[in-house]
Amino acid sequence: MLTKKQLFKRGMLDISPHMLSVIPFGIICGAIGVELGFNPYLVYAMSFIIFGGASQIVFLQLLSGGASSLVAVTSVGIINSRHLLYGAVLSEYLEKLSFIKKLLISYVVVDQGFAESNKFFKKHRTEEYLHYHLIGTGCTMWVCWQTATLSGIILGSFVPEELGLKFAIPLTFIAIVVQDLKKLDHVIVMITCGLSSLLFFDAPFKSYIIISPVIALFVAALLLRLKK
Amino acid sequence: MTLASIIAAGILTYFTRMTMIALISRDMLGDKIKAVLEYVPSAVFPAIIFPGIFINDYGTFIEMNDPKIFGALVAVIVGYFSKNIIATILAGLVSYWFLIFVIFS
Repeated sequence: MLTKKQLFKRGMLDISPHMLSVIPFGIICGAIGVELGFNPYLVYAMSFIIFGGASQIVFLQLLSGGASSLVAVTSVGIINSRHLLYGAVLSEYLEKLSFIKKLLISYVVVDQGFAESNKFFKKHRTEEYLHYHLIGTGCTMWVCWQTATLSGIILGSFVPEELGLKFAIPLTFIAIVVQDLKKLDHVIVMITCGLSSLLFFDAPFKSYIIISPVIALFVAALLLRLKK
Repeated sequence: MTLASIIAAGILTYFTRMTMIALISRDMLGDKIKAVLEYVPSAVFPAIIFPGIFINDYGTFIEMNDPKIFGALVAVIVGYFSKNIIATILAGLVSYWFLIFVIFS
């Protein structure tokens, strides 16, 4: 049985490689906000209050392009609605926690943290303090994201734009799903999601990000039915 | 951009994170739904990966000879065999840089 501290450290360790893409992206995100002419304090407030990488950039870009607050806020909500799916998966492992603890832990659930903690949970179902792994991944992400966006806001885009470091984001997610390419059913689900995301890319409010997973999960349900 | 709009977006985001964790109990999800939820990573992350590769900053499709496609393929191959996250990201970036700085420059 692992202690709380060991699980927390394991979470930190499991998510840390992703910081290679998260930190440059955070710097870019902070720098874009200032470049677009927004108040630096408000740009930072986004990292603290919204705490969601891609949705923060979309929020800035929409507002600077003259969109109404309502459109910008709706888009952030839709982009982040994928967390509903993460929550549904995690709820099974977090069930024993008190309501207050569930409310607190929810704030630090992020894509990479969900991915790495979910992998860990599947292998260590019987551990008593599993949630400390999720706190470990979430807190590491939180600290790095705050630091990175803050340095982008203060120092400007000191990451050369020519390096195209935004490309590190799809690479980080390739690293997360690549081992599932061994399973044909997962490959079909991934391709369905990927192609749908390109097909629905122009759907309003960036809704491709939730439309394509829903389509892919329908395909997954069909595949499960065929397997029987 | 006002603080009020950021707070509204933040509350909305927090609700997407909290709703399923805090308000759903195990009994509410049947075995069939749980089996489908096993596919969540495979069903969600390609929606971040594909547009990140195939669509450029201006929202249009890239050319088929774009260096990002090559970089992504290298990342998939290296990731598959190395099972290492850092190696995957670096392989993708370095091969992408090799094409844009050495070959296409």
